[in-house]
Amino acid sequence: MKNYVAFPPVKGISLSDILVLFIIFAFVSFIFFIGNEWKGDLNSVSPISLDYKNLPYYVVQSVSRIGIAYIFSLLFSIAYGYLTKKNKVTEVVLISLLDILQSIPVLSFLPGVLFAMISLFPNKRIGVELASIILIFTGQVWNMAFSYYNSICTIPRDILEVGKIYKFSRFYRFIKIDLPYSAIGLVWNSMMSVAGGWFFLMACEMFVVKGKDFRLPGIGSYIQLAANEGNLEKVIVGLLVMVIIIVLLDIIVWRPLVVWSQKFKFDNVQGEDEKESFILNILRNSHILESIWDAIESKIDKLNCYLIERKHFYKEQRLSKMSTIIVYALFIVLLIILVKGCITAFKILSGLKISDIYLLLKAGLFSFLRTFTAIAIASLWTVPLGVLIGMKPKIAKVLQPIIQIAASIPATALFPIIIFFLLKLGGGLGFGSIFLMLLGTQWYILFNVIAGAYAIPQDLKDITELYKIRGFRKWRVLILPGIFPYLVTGLITATGGAWNASIVSEYVVFGGEVYKTMGLGSLISESSSNGNFSILLASTLLMSLIVVTLNRFFWKKMFLLAEEKFRIE
Amino acid sequence: MAEVILEALNLCKAYPMRTGSQLTVLEDINLTVKEGEFISILGPSGAGKSTLLRILSGLIEPTSGKILYHGKPQNEANPSIAMVFQSFALFPWLTVLENVEVGLKAKGVERELAREKAIKMLDLVGLDGFEDAYPRELSGGMKQRVGIARALAIEPEILFMDEPFSALDVLTADNLRNELIRLWAERKLPIKSIIFVTHNIEEAVFLSDRAIILSHNPATIRAEITINMPHIRNKNLKEFKLMVDDIFAILTRPKVEAPFMLRKERYQFLPHAKVGAIAGLLELVLSKGGIVDISELTSDLGLEVDDVFPLIEAAAFLGFASVKEGDINLTDVGIKFSRSDLLEKKVIFREMALKNIQLINQIYQVLTKTEKKRMSEDFFIEILENHFTKDEAWNQLEIAIDWGRYAELFAYDYDSGELYIEESEGEIEQNKEKVDV
Repeated sequence: MKNYVAFPPVKGISLSDILVLFIIFAFVSFIFFIGNEWKGDLNSVSPISLDYKNLPYYVVQSVSRIGIAYIFSLLFSIAYGYLTKKNKVTEVVLISLLDILQSIPVLSFLPGVLFAMISLFPNKRIGVELASIILIFTGQVWNMAFSYYNSICTIPRDILEVGKIYKFSRFYRFIKIDLPYSAIGLVWNSMMSVAGGWFFLMACEMFVVKGKDFRLPGIGSYIQLAANEGNLEKVIVGLLVMVIIIVLLDIIVWRPLVVWSQKFKFDNVQGEDEKESFILNILRNSHILESIWDAIESKIDKLNCYLIERKHFYKEQRLSKMSTIIVYALFIVLLIILVKGCITAFKILSGLKISDIYLLLKAGLFSFLRTFTAIAIASLWTVPLGVLIGMKPKIAKVLQPIIQIAASIPATALFPIIIFFLLKLGGGLGFGSIFLMLLGTQWYILFNVIAGAYAIPQDLKDITELYKIRGFRKWRVLILPGIFPYLVTGLITATGGAWNASIVSEYVVFGGEVYKTMGLGSLISESSSNGNFSILLASTLLMSLIVVTLNRFFWKKMFLLAEEKFRIE
Repeated sequence: MAEVILEALNLCKAYPMRTGSQLTVLEDINLTVKEGEFISILGPSGAGKSTLLRILSGLIEPTSGKILYHGKPQNEANPSIAMVFQSFALFPWLTVLENVEVGLKAKGVERELAREKAIKMLDLVGLDGFEDAYPRELSGGMKQRVGIARALAIEPEILFMDEPFSALDVLTADNLRNELIRLWAERKLPIKSIIFVTHNIEEAVFLSDRAIILSHNPATIRAEITINMPHIRNKNLKEFKLMVDDIFAILTRPKVEAPFMLRKERYQFLPHAKVGAIAGLLELVLSKGGIVDISELTSDLGLEVDDVFPLIEAAAFLGFASVKEGDINLTDVGIKFSRSDLLEKKVIFREMALKNIQLINQIYQVLTKTEKKRMSEDFFIEILENHFTKDEAWNQLEIAIDWGRYAELFAYDYDSGELYIEESEGEIEQNKEKVDV
């Protein structure tokens, strides 16, 4: 037997250790700082100032809002995944619920959520903070929940049986099988979600509801205030700071996570070039972190033994009496809330006049045409560029980082600058808003097309080269069928995004003036700022209805077609 | 007298069908596992071997029947069971060592002790030095060594092995088989019994003390054969070869020889065989004089029974061949078919398929009677789902479409999911048939 060192003794403290200690210390003091800030009265919040020296303070606030919303999203996704997998009934109900929830325009929730929070915490700042966090949360959570559910549904049978044969407790199974198996999907979706979080942050830190002005200190409200005052210089500086923060977060948080999650790849094949992350290297070299990790692992093992003694085995599709009761109780509560909500909604809707309905339908048509145009224009330039990048690795190397940074800027943050130039040029918001929608949605299409073009197998490319298939025929025979599934995925996300963006792009406040154009989005924004709840509710419902219908009857069909016919195996 | 460890009494497994009826996969299985026994469960693929193994190990509940463990009903908490999987089922994110430890830690073994035991097992299977490797760095054979070490580490009374070597190449599998039986024969394994599922007759004869042979659709125990040869067995000995032939005869005899008409109450199960492969087999048999010993055929080709079995079955169903005492024998039609050119082949195939294959006949009848000569695949799937599981129903339809297309009886439109009769071409073919006759 070879001499294998089971547990390497802890060597001296390294530079990495000092860094890790520093990170832990910074994190803890950060939590105290935020807690202290948010518990105060609403009135004691000092007005937002455009002074540059306040920017770091604002950034910290905004980042914590997104961070907290993200942690909730993560917990929610995991809980939702298990609830969904409980039994056949919950699966059907919760998955279609998720489908609907993710197509509802988040921003129209704002007034409702805000009033609920304010009545929970009257005059406290935490109420408004929570409202803004909940909105960011609802913008982040759905794709993560879907990803987690999908992952735990596709765990191979053999792996699950290993868990059963070796008598994993339910908890142990979660740690040892479910979490690792879903890690890659969760990391990718987390990145997307947090990017979406920045988008909503702009609208969630500063808003007018029922004539009342709510302002939370943050980078979003800083940019908005600068825009309201027509101060372009401050807008641009604010924007730059935001981009720097996003890039920094990418380096410090996401990149290490992405590289680390590579180890959870399931196909037992050696992967292609694995990316490096120096932050991850620092963390990997830290002895302190290693011993913390070890301690956690042994606690997990101990907890598992404790649970096994109490016979908490993992069983399939069988509920204990207790949890059955809890699930049904939850369902009943949900049902009551639903019924009550419907009654209230009905009461509110009964205030609508015939002319209102006419207005709603007209606005719906306008917004539909606008989103459609935005998607069409986006496709026109992203598809050729995406294919070019995906098929030519050399070009990709140059363009990829530029595009990534450009895409990371939340469209809502760019709005003030765009509006500024639009107004200079004298164009109205009617077409301007199409441009604004474009900003937020084109990246989804571009990234998917790049991925699709990249995935076209080399032998198919060779064949078209061999038979001298070029130009238009090449597009028809090879490229379009090749990227089709990816394009559909991109278009679905983009359409959803465009509808959501209509709320912020059809109704804009800039330099103290309100600019608006006919559309469902502007109806939602306007009615929420002047407190016309029957219009607000009706337009939200109409928008959700349009989005859900489009998804169900158009995109789903396209998706199935893509899956069946154009899948390259 | 060795002690009985595991006892299965009248096990049955049935799955409810959409139509409300039941699909029986296992029927009336009785078996005992004694201390020191190496038992193999042998049968064609799809027979329900793996299902039986999973029921015995407590992973799946039987529909009826009982499993006794040391005389008491086995419960899920039975800690004395471990399994080795065909797909290895290793955690790719854990190192080799951590993969072996995981079963121990889940049991609550102290981490130092777990590490010690894991390292010992890794040494036993010849993996010292690979402790810190990740599974993706290992070859298939090495991965299965990890799988075996993981199972042995918890020192189970019974080790369940589900076709552990069938995903490996021939040489690697042979090597692992030899090592396994050496360790077993020298009593170096910390286990009392092994239950080993395989479709490879030679493997079963090489390894086990007792082979349990399953029939399929539904699976029942067709025979239990005791193999009394000292380990390590020599595959070239006459005794060994005779044993393989015997089991082969048992596996093939009743199934193929009984014409399906005798079992009319059951819907004809089309073997998973493509027309091209069936034609290839027939030509091969013809080139060998029209009659061949099946085990000779398979060993000549370097194939396993499992690969050839469906082809033989299909040829027999179609009336091109018959099977008797382990020999395959071409019928007159079979000889004529093999000697014909492609167009004539199609004519003969059409005639035989319409006459002998229930599903093809039904599809053809339905299509000719509909006005548009078209029918959605869902229609046939619904009929098939009365007799088969959902997946199997699709398999059956796929085979029928393959055969029907070859025979030019009907065609299939993938985009609309419809089966249809090609009018004009059908007529041309019919005219051709007249000329031929």
